[in-house]
Amino acid sequence: MPFDHFLTRRILKSTYVCEVKILAGEAGTDYKPLIEPYRQMRGGIIEALHALMRAYHFIPPKALKDLAKAFRMTEAEVYGVASFYSYFTTKEQGAYVIRVCRSAPCHLENAQGVMELLEKELGIHAGQTTEDGKFTLEWTECVGQCAHAPVYTINREPVTEPKNVFSEQIPLLLEQLRQN
Amino acid sequence: MNILLDGRPEEALRIHAYMLRGGYQGLKRARQTPPQQVIEEIKSSGLRGRGGAGFPTGLKLSFIPQQEDTPRYIICNLDEGEPGTYKDRTLCEHVPHKLVEGLAICAYAIQATQAFIYCRAEYPYLVDVLKQAINQAKQENLLENLDIELRMGAGAYVCGEESALIESIEGHRGNPRFKPPYPAGQGLWQQPTVVLNVETLCNVPFILREGADAFSSVGTPDYPGTKLITLNGDVEHRGCFEVTTGTPIKEIIETVGGGVRQGRALKAIQVGGSSGGFLKASQIDTPLDFAALQKAGGSLGSGAILVLDETRDMVDLCFNIADFYRKESCGKCLPCREGCYRGWQIIRKIQQHQANQQDVENLFLLLDVMKETALCGLGQSFYLPIQSCITLFEEEFQAKLRTEVGGGERIS
Repeated sequence: MPFDHFLTRRILKSTYVCEVKILAGEAGTDYKPLIEPYRQMRGGIIEALHALMRAYHFIPPKALKDLAKAFRMTEAEVYGVASFYSYFTTKEQGAYVIRVCRSAPCHLENAQGVMELLEKELGIHAGQTTEDGKFTLEWTECVGQCAHAPVYTINREPVTEPKNVFSEQIPLLLEQLRQN
Repeated sequence: MNILLDGRPEEALRIHAYMLRGGYQGLKRARQTPPQQVIEEIKSSGLRGRGGAGFPTGLKLSFIPQQEDTPRYIICNLDEGEPGTYKDRTLCEHVPHKLVEGLAICAYAIQATQAFIYCRAEYPYLVDVLKQAINQAKQENLLENLDIELRMGAGAYVCGEESALIESIEGHRGNPRFKPPYPAGQGLWQQPTVVLNVETLCNVPFILREGADAFSSVGTPDYPGTKLITLNGDVEHRGCFEVTTGTPIKEIIETVGGGVRQGRALKAIQVGGSSGGFLKASQIDTPLDFAALQKAGGSLGSGAILVLDETRDMVDLCFNIADFYRKESCGKCLPCREGCYRGWQIIRKIQQHQANQQDVENLFLLLDVMKETALCGLGQSFYLPIQSCITLFEEEFQAKLRTEVGGGERIS
């Protein structure tokens, strides 16, 4: 079956995938401007963490301190929130986070094979990031695209259907993302 | 009959097309009657929650105290994490205005001026759709003083549980709360709160527009209306479909789903996602109804139907489900935190041909304890899929057990 060529275009045009300009989070960085818009919002810490994830793709240690001050919480509490949710991480991630769904409907459609293929293409194992900092590969639970299982998402943009997921075009797509 | 999916997806964000189909008339009618009467109307329609628990919606709304001085909140639960379920996503993509209208009607019924939509992190593409729909409704002056705010989840299955969802909106870890107090008394920021599923809310405009009787005359008397089902696994046509409740599951698989793929024989189905029970091929005459499925040893749950053909390995699937629970347990209560892990360990042992009969008995004991003592629905529902899978496909599990005596220790 032919590869869905709209897929490449969709992935490359997706705002979640490509408007990624990862900023380097360093010791001296001031995270307050990013946090500020959410400071007055009740329960805004989740939104602030989302903003940090969008900008840095992880929650840098100093950002935890800034969040604690802004939301009048202890650092431990902030870390508790940041580490609870699977879309937040305090570990550095690649520019493209590829999440392979492993829930039952995808599992039945050879999710393991999808993971092995991506592991081979990227030269890393599930849970790791490539050395060039471009790709992070990990397992995830149901992303709600089960009708088109198996599924993985590139920065939350779904790649679906066996013909696409197992396509020979996938290495080309990954290469294009690498160059991006 | 289509109560929910009656619009074309390309018209999703055309508010006038929606209004021509009778959209926002339910809201208009609601506002012409006292809030109490709106609740009565929903009560008499017999609408029950579509998220999985099946709690009567009118009753839930009536628990909100009536005095007007305290703030109260209404939350739409768009955190459908149940594996195999994507009905709420489909509704938001096809009929977002129905959700906004349902939310506005229920907000009016409990006199709330602040509503939240808690959208799961996996659906970032719904944010734009919903924001546009809300803005369109605002421009048409349909929302009056109601403010609808969108909040994003961040990837936690347990946040589909209402009190965990409330914790998450408050900016905490998504740990479920002890109940009582229930959200209707002390919910979001300790104020009266009602949490409703997307599909439940989307049913409300029809009830208010056409009347409670029109709704309750559809489907089974116990669980009236239609149900969105998501058909997955080994069927010819997978997808999200609207089905009148009471339709036999066999008919759904054969007519809507086009039968089992590649002409293979049916082995089992699992209704209700990974927290639902399994049914054998001989049980698929069971109607799609809350009580009937419970009686058959399954559950309706979220309405996901996973179809399994004769080639499927049930031990492997059982292990996958246990693995899901082990990862998604939030860790607040011991029965679930430890139980999911130990249960997963035993099933892995079975899969690796290392377990014996005693291990299986221990697993059943563990499941019983978890069902009785876990804090929230996550830990309690570990019981159903695992227990039904092992009971119905005993021979497959038995074939993997070690027969020699010794090894496993009795834990009670």
